[in-house]
Amino acid sequence: MKKFIIKRLLISAVILVFVAFIIYTLMRCLPTSYLEQVARQKSMTPGSKSFEEWMQQLSATYGMDKGILPGFIAWCGKALRGDFGDSWKWTVPVIDKFKESVWVSFIMGGIAFILELIIAIPLGIIAATKQYSKTDYTITIVALACFSLPTFFFASLMKLLFSVKLGWFDLGGLVGRNYNQLTSGAQILDKAHHLVLPILTLVVISIGSLMRYTRTNMLEVLNADYIRTARAKGLSESKVIYHHAFRNTLIPLVTMLGGSLPGLFSGALITETLYSIPGIGFVSFQSMTAGDIPFSMFYLVFLAILTLLGNLISDILYAVVDPRVRIS
Amino acid sequence: MSEEIRNNQNQNSSENEYSLNDDRRVRTLSPGALVIRRFIRNRVAVTGLVILVAMFIFSFIGGAISPYKEDQLFYTYNEQKKQYASIKENKEIRYVSASKNSFPSVAKAKCVMAIKKDEDTFEAKKIEYKLTKESDTLYSIYGEGDELVAFATYDIISSSTQGQDLPFELQYEIEKTISAGGDGFEFDGKSYTVDEAGTVLEGENEIGYASRYIVQAIMSDVFLTRSFKDQLISHINDGKNEFVFTDEDGTEAAYALTYDAGSESWNVLQTVETKVFDTYHSPTKEHPLGTDKNGMDMLTRLMYGGRVSLYIGFIVVIIESLIGVVLGGISGYCGGWVDNLIMRIVDIFYCIPSMPIIIILGAAMDAMRVDPQIRMIYLMLILGFLGWPGIARLVRGQILSLREQEFMIAAEATGIRASRRIFRHLIPNVIPQLIVTMTMSLGSTIITEATLSFLGLGVKFPFASWGNIINDVNDTFVLTNYWFIWIPAGVCLLATVLAFNLVGDGLRDAFDPKMKR
Repeated sequence: MKKFIIKRLLISAVILVFVAFIIYTLMRCLPTSYLEQVARQKSMTPGSKSFEEWMQQLSATYGMDKGILPGFIAWCGKALRGDFGDSWKWTVPVIDKFKESVWVSFIMGGIAFILELIIAIPLGIIAATKQYSKTDYTITIVALACFSLPTFFFASLMKLLFSVKLGWFDLGGLVGRNYNQLTSGAQILDKAHHLVLPILTLVVISIGSLMRYTRTNMLEVLNADYIRTARAKGLSESKVIYHHAFRNTLIPLVTMLGGSLPGLFSGALITETLYSIPGIGFVSFQSMTAGDIPFSMFYLVFLAILTLLGNLISDILYAVVDPRVRIS
Repeated sequence: MSEEIRNNQNQNSSENEYSLNDDRRVRTLSPGALVIRRFIRNRVAVTGLVILVAMFIFSFIGGAISPYKEDQLFYTYNEQKKQYASIKENKEIRYVSASKNSFPSVAKAKCVMAIKKDEDTFEAKKIEYKLTKESDTLYSIYGEGDELVAFATYDIISSSTQGQDLPFELQYEIEKTISAGGDGFEFDGKSYTVDEAGTVLEGENEIGYASRYIVQAIMSDVFLTRSFKDQLISHINDGKNEFVFTDEDGTEAAYALTYDAGSESWNVLQTVETKVFDTYHSPTKEHPLGTDKNGMDMLTRLMYGGRVSLYIGFIVVIIESLIGVVLGGISGYCGGWVDNLIMRIVDIFYCIPSMPIIIILGAAMDAMRVDPQIRMIYLMLILGFLGWPGIARLVRGQILSLREQEFMIAAEATGIRASRRIFRHLIPNVIPQLIVTMTMSLGSTIITEATLSFLGLGVKFPFASWGNIINDVNDTFVLTNYWFIWIPAGVCLLATVLAFNLVGDGLRDAFDPKMKR
């Protein structure tokens, strides 16, 4: 087991280096619009250096004057020491901005994740136990509809319904207009109030796939021989389903859910952007569209790490949860 | 299968009795036909298929028969009331000076006081002025050397010819005649007549007129004719607030009159028709879904948008599948280090976060001002190039498991060529899974494209896409008031993606021979 984890970690590290290199190359090949913009602005001020001189100085400051490979090695060296440079757009160290914004995303993602579990798994099991019934068809179609729903369309509908027509929530933002006048308890409530629609959107959008996954796996388990045995023993149907079948359905579920845990930190790019929640997703969206290379670089590599970590966790969990699986 | 046989048995038993080993007793169906039968029996999947067909007809045929073009602009006439002239009854003394600087404003102020105090002289800027009261409405002002520098009166004397002012002396003579109640005068060797209405004639020709009302045009290039002014004044005196004037050429124009109590003046408003883009027009017969923010027909945009979304979906999925099948196939069939290498490449591509990358590239293309058409091609290439690892993994996994099965060993044992083994026995067994995955990823590709277009980083104006049609809701006013702009596009998008997923789901069930109903 230890050997397996170490081997996987090493492979992941190699993959990560390659991914980071590809991303770095890509970023460097882009027209560095942001630096040019700043240089142009600075060269406009009276008595200033020329645009080319500013461009040179800025490129040197941000390490953009080196070739791609030396630049990448320098970036890696700094990144390993936890220094990802200063964000161009936010004018603070990348790490500071990240720490500031990631928790909102995590809380949002976490609550949505728990709600998803509570709603999707029971529905998936019900659909599977009553296969081809009306309930099953309804659940399957609803799941597929959620799965097919474009985030931005759903969010717009929610805004129209709850913000414009009913006036229950603000159209966007994490805090209300009078946030600073509130007591600390009311401030938390205000934030929670603003997170309702984003979380609702997240839950509805992602609930479908989990529901289908549960249903498929539950169906597979229900067709297994040991379930027939359990039924043949004369066990009650509830005992068969919730004791024998459900436990075995948990194997793929836990594996998949464990793998998606790191994803909670990645932020919901589209949802956060739509509701202007200053989480990591929205912050990086703004950075990316502004051509902020240090921040985008960090965010992309961070996402790659999360993906690798997720894969690793699900592989390990698979072995841990299912005693039939032996790692070799 | 067993069900198939039973059904046929029931059907046939009513007709003829066949012996047990008669071939006609069992209608044999090819595997393809079986799949189709199983698919058709799945009502939900068929619904999906119907929606898809409807969407294709809507987008491709609808776009062709629509009377409008994708980027055809529509205009409307907007009636705007613009201020045309203002009119005011003069209640103050006005000065007409001989030349521009002969009677400065300081002197005017002093003059007013002198008139009020009934004085004959006043001094301004060390110049002694003499004031002579000719009548109640006319004062003559003499400056240095008893020269007439100005006169003060309540009347306004205007010239009848555009762009030509009457000389000062002539104006003075006219005013003198009017205030004295005379009907004619001699000036510069010519004789002039003045009638009751204040019209000044030189022989037969009208050269000017005097009036108590100040009528000024707002635009400096507009010349107000005498008859216009007269009619206007008579309308105002009658207390009307509308006024239709027919000029010499016979053109009619309507004006509205409003009284401004603050400045004690009347405003003449002209109704002007301006040609503007017919934006956000509510649904009508000509435009069943109204018009969008550029004044284009929404229904036509929706059809063309569907075309773009479907095109992009199909091309991206074809690119994805080509790369995926080739690499996955090689990887699965060859095994060994080739497999290892390709799978590591797949791992790397799997880790690259595609959405952020596409957003960055979209923003970069914005900065480079890439042509919208080329941009669309880039978008397809990028989406396809980032999407293949999933398919490669699937194909590899399938081939690995198929390779170990008995029928492949049998195929090998019969001694047929490798290429035939691959294309005749291996690939057909991968295709069902592949078709299902392709159908499902068509849906997700359309969503990705729509999301990008929604964010303004995908398909760009002038091309329509369902995503960039919905983009208008970023304007809260559109979100709130113009449902017909974005709801239909969203419904189309949802319906299409849902239909692809339903069909994919149905196909998965239909392809699975173990499926029992």
